[in-house]
Amino acid sequence: MRVETGWREQHRSTGLMWCLSAVVILLCLGPLIWQVVTSIKPDVDIVRLPPFFPSQITGAHYDRVLLRSPLLQSLVNSAIVATSATILSIVFGSFCAFALARLPIGGKSVILGLVLATSMFPPIAVMSPLYLFMRELGLRDTLVALILTHTVYALPLAVWLLTNFMRQLPKELYYAARIDGCTPLRALLSVMLPLARPALAVTALLVFIYSWNEFMFALTLTASDATRTAPVTLALFPGLYEIPWGDLAAASLIVTMPVAALAMIFCRHIVGGLTAGSVKG
Amino acid sequence: MTVLEHKANGGGPVSRTLSEKGWGYIMAAPAFALVGCVALAPIVAAMWLSLHRRLPVFGVDEFVGVENYLYLLSDERFWAACRTTLYFTLLSVTVELALGLGLALVLHGLTRRASSVTRVSQVVAILPWAVPTVVSAQIWLWLYQPDYGLLNYLLVQAGVIAEPINWLADPDWAVHAAVVMDVWKTTPFAALLLLAGLQTIPPELYAAARIDGAGWWAQFRLITLPLLLPIIMITGIFRTMDAVRIFDAVFVLTGGGPGNTTETLSIYAYKTLFQSLQFGYGSALATAMFIIGTLLSLSYLMVLRLHLREPV
Amino acid sequence: MTEVRLEGLEKLIGRATVLHPLTLTIDAGEFFVLVGPSGCGKSTLLHLLAGLDQPTAGRILFDGVDVTDMEPRDRDVALVFQSYALYPHMTVRENVSFPLRVAKGTRRLTTSAVEHEVRRVAEFLGLEGLLDRRPQELSGGQRQRVALGRALIRKPRLFLLDEPLSNLDAQLRASMRAELRRLHEELHITTIYVTHDQTEAMTMGDRLAALNHGSLQQVGRPDEIHDAPANVFVAGFLGYPSMNLLAAEIRTEEIAAGPLHFAVPQGLPEEVRQCGVIVGIRPEHVRVERAESHGDGVVPGVVRLVEPAGPTCWVTVDIHDRQDHVAVTGTSVSGFFPKIGDAVSLSVQGPVPHLFDPSTGRRYGSV
Repeated sequence: MRVETGWREQHRSTGLMWCLSAVVILLCLGPLIWQVVTSIKPDVDIVRLPPFFPSQITGAHYDRVLLRSPLLQSLVNSAIVATSATILSIVFGSFCAFALARLPIGGKSVILGLVLATSMFPPIAVMSPLYLFMRELGLRDTLVALILTHTVYALPLAVWLLTNFMRQLPKELYYAARIDGCTPLRALLSVMLPLARPALAVTALLVFIYSWNEFMFALTLTASDATRTAPVTLALFPGLYEIPWGDLAAASLIVTMPVAALAMIFCRHIVGGLTAGSVKG
Repeated sequence: MTVLEHKANGGGPVSRTLSEKGWGYIMAAPAFALVGCVALAPIVAAMWLSLHRRLPVFGVDEFVGVENYLYLLSDERFWAACRTTLYFTLLSVTVELALGLGLALVLHGLTRRASSVTRVSQVVAILPWAVPTVVSAQIWLWLYQPDYGLLNYLLVQAGVIAEPINWLADPDWAVHAAVVMDVWKTTPFAALLLLAGLQTIPPELYAAARIDGAGWWAQFRLITLPLLLPIIMITGIFRTMDAVRIFDAVFVLTGGGPGNTTETLSIYAYKTLFQSLQFGYGSALATAMFIIGTLLSLSYLMVLRLHLREPV
Repeated sequence: MTEVRLEGLEKLIGRATVLHPLTLTIDAGEFFVLVGPSGCGKSTLLHLLAGLDQPTAGRILFDGVDVTDMEPRDRDVALVFQSYALYPHMTVRENVSFPLRVAKGTRRLTTSAVEHEVRRVAEFLGLEGLLDRRPQELSGGQRQRVALGRALIRKPRLFLLDEPLSNLDAQLRASMRAELRRLHEELHITTIYVTHDQTEAMTMGDRLAALNHGSLQQVGRPDEIHDAPANVFVAGFLGYPSMNLLAAEIRTEEIAAGPLHFAVPQGLPEEVRQCGVIVGIRPEHVRVERAESHGDGVVPGVVRLVEPAGPTCWVTVDIHDRQDHVAVTGTSVSGFFPKIGDAVSLSVQGPVPHLFDPSTGRRYGSV
């Protein structure tokens, strides 16, 4: 039964709301659209405004950026780091979440509290010792250092989301698996994890996006073109004299595309996963 | 232990094979160890470092006790960075929450007209959130470009300003330019979270309120706001923590300039650590940041717990 | 005390007709029940009366004044929702005083006046000890009284109740039914009560209206509806156990519904004889006794279902005659408690049964 509010007020304000939404959409997408336009404008048009739209579309920026800059390598690096961090945080996170949700270990609140607390730290606060630590281990300027760091800083989110989810799965399922002869590990792998697929998917998405976009650790822990990730390469892009706006626009869009695509396709799950956590947690 | 639990545990004496407890510790260990080594230990190490004067380049490494902190208290640049960070945080979070709430209300109203509104708005609103902070900074760098940036062009055309303003080079405008960028990036997502919260309020409450004689303002004030408050506060807390720690976007946008007017605590600490390579003092700055951040979040949590103790 | 008149009230949602044009008058101070199965449109009608929804056509008049375009708060109606719709973040006191706190202009009261009203209503409904609790801490019955309090504090001219007892357990339901009638006796507010439970309908209303698929089937007092149902729907829906409705054919001398035979009433139109008829017999008028009984009109049968009801029971019996199988529900004679599968005898007592047109469902006069 649809219950509506004051119908006379509604007809008037609905029109207003549609207008407002149109404005908001424009503000949301406008800067991105402008970036797209810039990335296909020939250099000569870029430095001139009025013409909003280019007289002719050029692919020169994309060409330069993909073929004659370190961006491609950094995209590969980003992919490697993000994928590895995602896999590791899902594995370790789900194990830890399972232990916190279902197994009778002591100090649960301490463990959970400490793990969550790390998400509150300012990254800069750990930067100095972390940098020195990685240097001692000889891991400075390697992807491994970054993967490790990203995994650790993604773990609080993974553990929190997965623990909440697993706590909501019926206890009886776990007990049934145990009675059937499974060890806790087997129960996790055969029963709990398959059921946790939606939560795992959302967690993987969020970790991947976090790792791909991460900047500060990537900036400090990598030093050469061979290991830099995409956001860092992008930040270091601006040339010595003139800033190549067209190339920059093209590069920034290329770096954004994977995460933007993922976010748009799974937006409902992302919002759902985060609100479920915050409303109940 | 219930009979079920006892049976599930193998039925035999708890200590025979690897018990559930043992499994539990093994499973939680990797995550905990990783977090411990790569996150917790460094914090402690940073505090330890902050008690030293450490300049790796020159091989200097001496224990100086609280000297760094004493210097910090009289460091004008530190206090300036504090003020900048706090100003940025307060402005950003307030604007984001207000705009986000307004947007959420509009979307909520529209969803009752057309149910596809929620879906479409989610797809559109998630984009600024997903965009890397560096890219966001690049986009706004381009928009703020004084000579051929879009913003100046539009404002001049609309007659709002007479001449193009060099936003990022103007000490009065630079911080606000950074705020606008942050608002653009985070408001849509905040709106989505608030919208989800709005949708959990049973529509019957509004029907009952209408019958009881409440107009739209009374409905908003007495029903919507109180029921939405927990989500608003949680969103506010997370946003505040993010804003206090802000680094990426501002670093790329302004590098802390012009003349340190947009230098947030993170940027100051970063520069001290990795540009002037003073690891001791840099760690002190970072630790100070950590303490400030923790105090802020603790006070928020207390306010939240105080409010949430009443059942909703 | 307000008289409510509905004229040609119609409601379409999209292309679907939820309410067919409906005309009805509810007298001032009456306790009027709207009864019907789920989806019949009764809640829609209630929402139209409250002003939460706008009709597609037709008018609503309160004491002769057209209120069709008025906002809910200007109509001075109170509505108790099925789920009570209590504000979860407010105490009982704040819930009950809400209508007074949001009142505008001349209706605005001072804080002490509001408090006075809250006390008055709380005493009336037995809520004094609960004023500082929240809805989540209350039982179902207590929540309902809070909802009633919130509705009554404004002294509304029309009191609407949307299936208020359906969330309560059986015992509470019975006592709340009495409680609601007591309220009505004391306050004399015109009350419109919506339910799908025919027992409530028959026991609570001064008058009732049966609704099905958005159309009014019959309006009248409970005894009128019980004794002279207008059509097959009303006959089968109201009254427990439901009326036996048997397909019958009309032969020259008698009406035959399976093995049961009845006299043909005088004055039955000719067309009816051709088409056949549906016979309606109330279970109270069917007697079930031991298989050994014989007599005029006694038919043998086998027990299919037994439902104890105090000193007797409702027995559903399978009777057959040649190849026809018919199930009829009747009352067993006092002290007789058959079991499923027993052989019994069945006979029809009491008044001439009702006859219904099989194509339209309407009832022919029983004489």
